[in-house]
Amino acid sequence: MPSSSKPITIVEPPSGWFALNLGEVWRYRDLLLLLAWRDISARFRQSVIGYGWAILRPALTAAILTLVFSVIMRVKTDVPYPIFAFAGLMPWLYFSTSLSGVTQSIVGGTSLLTKVYFPRLVLPLAKVGVGLVELILQFFVVIAMMAWYQYVPGWSLLALPLFVIVTIVSSLAFGIWLTALNVKYRDVGMAVPFLIQIWMYLCPIMYPIEMIPEKYRMIYALNPMVGVIEGFRWSLLGTTPPDWTMVGISLVAMLAVLVSGLAYFRKVETSFADII
Amino acid sequence: MTRSIEIENLSKRYKLGLTHAGSVRDLANKVVGKVLGKSPASPSAVTDPDRTEDGHFWALKDIDFSVNQGEVLGVIGKNGAGKSTLLKLLSRITFPTSGRAVLHGRVASLLEVGTGFHPELTGRENVFLNGTILGMTRKEINKQLDDIVDFAGVAKFIDTPVKRYSSGMTVRLGFAVAAHLDPEILIVDEVLAVGDVEFQKRCLGKMQSVAESGKTVLFVSHNLASIRSLTTRTVVLSQGKLIFDGPTVDGVACYIKENMISQESGSDVTAAPRAFSGLTRKVDFVSMQLSGLDGDGSMEHDSEFQLNVTVKANEACEPFVIGLTVLSQDKTPIGTTFSEPVTPPAIGTQQDYQVAAKFPLASGSFHCAISLAEKPRAGTLVHDSLSDVLPFKVNEPSLSAGWVPGWGAVCLPHLRVIPSITPISKQSSNDAKTG
Repeated sequence: MPSSSKPITIVEPPSGWFALNLGEVWRYRDLLLLLAWRDISARFRQSVIGYGWAILRPALTAAILTLVFSVIMRVKTDVPYPIFAFAGLMPWLYFSTSLSGVTQSIVGGTSLLTKVYFPRLVLPLAKVGVGLVELILQFFVVIAMMAWYQYVPGWSLLALPLFVIVTIVSSLAFGIWLTALNVKYRDVGMAVPFLIQIWMYLCPIMYPIEMIPEKYRMIYALNPMVGVIEGFRWSLLGTTPPDWTMVGISLVAMLAVLVSGLAYFRKVETSFADII
Repeated sequence: MTRSIEIENLSKRYKLGLTHAGSVRDLANKVVGKVLGKSPASPSAVTDPDRTEDGHFWALKDIDFSVNQGEVLGVIGKNGAGKSTLLKLLSRITFPTSGRAVLHGRVASLLEVGTGFHPELTGRENVFLNGTILGMTRKEINKQLDDIVDFAGVAKFIDTPVKRYSSGMTVRLGFAVAAHLDPEILIVDEVLAVGDVEFQKRCLGKMQSVAESGKTVLFVSHNLASIRSLTTRTVVLSQGKLIFDGPTVDGVACYIKENMISQESGSDVTAAPRAFSGLTRKVDFVSMQLSGLDGDGSMEHDSEFQLNVTVKANEACEPFVIGLTVLSQDKTPIGTTFSEPVTPPAIGTQQDYQVAAKFPLASGSFHCAISLAEKPRAGTLVHDSLSDVLPFKVNEPSLSAGWVPGWGAVCLPHLRVIPSITPISKQSSNDAKTG
């Protein structure tokens, strides 16, 4: 918060180009943290299991996937299917929760947006924190599963934070575009749940990447979440390492999406309060 | 004096109609229109041509004023005059179309109480949330938490989720947080209109102390009483423009006058909107005029009130009376009087009636409501009635030392001193009563 002796506020028509002005976002970090904390803290209020849901959700999903794909359809994986599915679900659930949270952040924050000033970027940024708490809880579960199946993580575990960061950045990159578009075109908000559903089938969560025919592999890997999910499994379970060139390419593509998204967000944020 | 807020030519324009790029249907219409060589349908006509152009609407146009440090400025105006837009611009919620404003110092704007309250969180958690949103630091909130809870009077419920609060409690908690802000510039919108009478009083008291503490305050309200008691200077907005900037007393008068139907005495009121339904309109007002007023619409304290009304008869009717109610600035009726029955004009013709009376009004601004009725006592058969007409001012009685507003609007008849029979006596009071 600005607290120096005489800050000057200038109210002017928006000029054509906006600097990213991340310094201002930094000055509002108190608000950012508090909004993130608000969502984290209120997410499972008045539920008996509370944050147990953060574990139950992927555990039940992994169980049903195991039943369908391992028991019935007999998909072959290098690691036991339950842990294969759970490790794949972790980054995906984080990504999908964050993406839908970030997409709804601006429209969902209407009551704040129309009553107080703050850098509008704070709203989407605050949404990526909610899933992180769940991710950390799931991490303990996967450790327990690894102990059960007697997996000892190797040095590759150190790469895990990298993949977490890539997941955060990708949910932000797509989310910032979508949330800014959602202000003007509510169609976006309607479409995102379907987008997430379809996207899930295009990720190697239920099936190993080896089942994708070789000739489609390159196109398939354009999906940034492919590298992340493979990377998660590799760093936890020591399976085949991801194709680093592909990870690099999707990372660069994602940064491009992020930067263009930020620029678009900045350009349209001045009109949010008028058209929301 | 240092300037605290400087506003130069501030304007804000909104697009009329649906404010987004449009639906598929709009797009289709546009394409079809182009193919057929038609121009797209113009947006529906709006009542006020001055404020609209090309499907755009000027919510504010060329607002220009500045506020000195420590000044408490009132902002008044009718609904839609642009008050909220002005506050939104100064709070940086929305951006101006042209012009600029500079604010020196830490700004806190209070456009709503309890902004960002989350129903699932407890009162305490919401205090931190709301405080941070309004610009307090964690340390400041910690320091004042007890005061805030005390002020709101919700100590018992501070660890209960806000969704279980009564609406009054929520609002009180919200205001309590806001009241403990410590900005250099405070922008307040109409938030005092909440809570019960006792809490409103406390809020006004708090506002008063803020105003006296040397902070710059911009205060928007419809409540003329609080505007009068809190501010010394007032700006009046009308149709997106600044129409008055000066002392609050005159500002309020300007606002009241703006609300009058006939601002020009003697103008035609046939088409003016009537405040009541069920008027027979057998006879109705054509025009009315106060006579004996000075150039600025004022009359002497003890002069006679003279009124000319022109009445037109539409249908045959019984003799009617002219009823006149005098109202004070805040629309409180002060008194009502009726004329003797008069014969109506012949059908289709007009006739002037002149009435006069002496009202013992104290100095101040007044206006009238006037009606034509069959019987004054029944009050049910009303031919025509107009509210908010004939504004006038009464000047200070020249000989007295001035009239204190707290004394009321009417100079009651002189207190008669009753001569006592026994000048020095223990039972003098008793004697006076019986005598």
